[in-house]
Amino acid sequence: MADPGALLAARSINMRFGALAVLEAVDFELAANAAVGIVGPNGAGKTTLLNVLAGALRPAAGRVHFRGTDITSLDAAERCRLGLARSHQVPRPFGGMTVFENLLVAASHGGGFGRAEAGARSVDALRLCGMLRLANRRAETLGLLDRKRLELARALVTDPQVLLLDEIGAGLTDGEAGELVATIRVLRERGIAIVWIEHIVHILIQVAERLVCMDAGRIIADGKPQAVLANAAVVDAYLGGRK
Amino acid sequence: MNLLELEQVEARHGLLVAVRGIDLRLGEGERLAIVGANGAGKTTLLRTIAGAHRAAAGRVVLDGTDITVVPAHRRAALGVALVPEGRRLFASMTIEENLRVAQSCGRTGPWDIDAVLEAFPQLKPRFKARAGSLSGGEQQATAIARALMANPRVLLLDEVSLGLSPLAVERVYASLQSLLRTGTAVVLVEQDLQRAMDTTDRIVCMLEGRIVGEGRTGQITREQIMQTYFGHRPADALPERVGTAP
Repeated sequence: MADPGALLAARSINMRFGALAVLEAVDFELAANAAVGIVGPNGAGKTTLLNVLAGALRPAAGRVHFRGTDITSLDAAERCRLGLARSHQVPRPFGGMTVFENLLVAASHGGGFGRAEAGARSVDALRLCGMLRLANRRAETLGLLDRKRLELARALVTDPQVLLLDEIGAGLTDGEAGELVATIRVLRERGIAIVWIEHIVHILIQVAERLVCMDAGRIIADGKPQAVLANAAVVDAYLGGRK
Repeated sequence: MNLLELEQVEARHGLLVAVRGIDLRLGEGERLAIVGANGAGKTTLLRTIAGAHRAAAGRVVLDGTDITVVPAHRRAALGVALVPEGRRLFASMTIEENLRVAQSCGRTGPWDIDAVLEAFPQLKPRFKARAGSLSGGEQQATAIARALMANPRVLLLDEVSLGLSPLAVERVYASLQSLLRTGTAVVLVEQDLQRAMDTTDRIVCMLEGRIVGEGRTGQITREQIMQTYFGHRPADALPERVGTAP
């Protein structure tokens, strides 16, 4: 049974792709207003877990609860309207639309807001993500940092209680990643809980007060960042076992 | 003179800069390991050295000759061979045919069909089998043997243990150890740090497309390398870049 105090909880999640077990008996909980980082080597199951939480994948076994309600059978769009938003590893803005129009689509279809509120929320998200000056730019002309900002803003306009971020720092310079971290910190101050997969750990721990490390479809460590990073099983997962 | 030199090499995947400002030197016969977390740019760097990925900036120099814009097949003829991640064999061709394709680059040297079969005896009974029908370990052995058939001066090995059973990994590395004694320079990308340390003289750590530290294999610890994986820079982390290859 999931902790009734958890905002988001996944319990005994199993997931397979054909013969390959990608998630095995994974339990994960997120408290309200918490920020949790998920790390682990390639193929650990991190993105699959995020997809299960977001509703992009239905687990073979296990349940997902949000605010105490079983949402396992809900798809991603339904979960988005409940307050679960996500960003993707590779930003794919709606081409042929401006940045502002991208947000309007997300606010109205993802968040379910009417025209006026969708517009107001889009302006707020643009301001928050430092994109107001780019509102009328065609989204496909944006550089990588601005595409990542747009990805974040598009999730924000749906008014999420939980934001699921998948490698949003990948490919950015230290300076760019620092700007993104500053924005994500503001989101935390607004009370949005965050689950963030990231390989760039020194960026991640600027926001996350808790780290979860996955390996081969299982959670192998969960706790304060410094303790998790020093955990022998975590080191072995990244570097291979000692002889 | 160094055999291979990279000067401020940058490589991109669309908008993403995967490799940034890499300076790297490799001596004749030197064995270098590149380690780092997923997405650090290791594979892109190997592919850029091999000419399978275009450098967006910087220079790749082989034995004093700038090969930055030289296509991959001509680099193979100059002595740069890549064993790519995932093997990338010609699946419908036999082991023998895969090996003979590599021979067509025209380089001569100690490696011929007999020599590679001696190095990888597990391929002998399957010599006429189609590459697509081989086990993962046999495919990896074929991929390495194919690269050797080009008699390379620099052998680039990308994740040769990935997806193999522990026994197959043991066999591949046992064969690798024997070929490393022949004096071919090697750049090895390997997730298993112990294997990398056992196989090479020097380790370079990459993070977010950059080299963030390097050292001699006997002088650096797992803990120091782990720090670079996570982007920490405490006082006892890996030394900053140290000079050139011997």
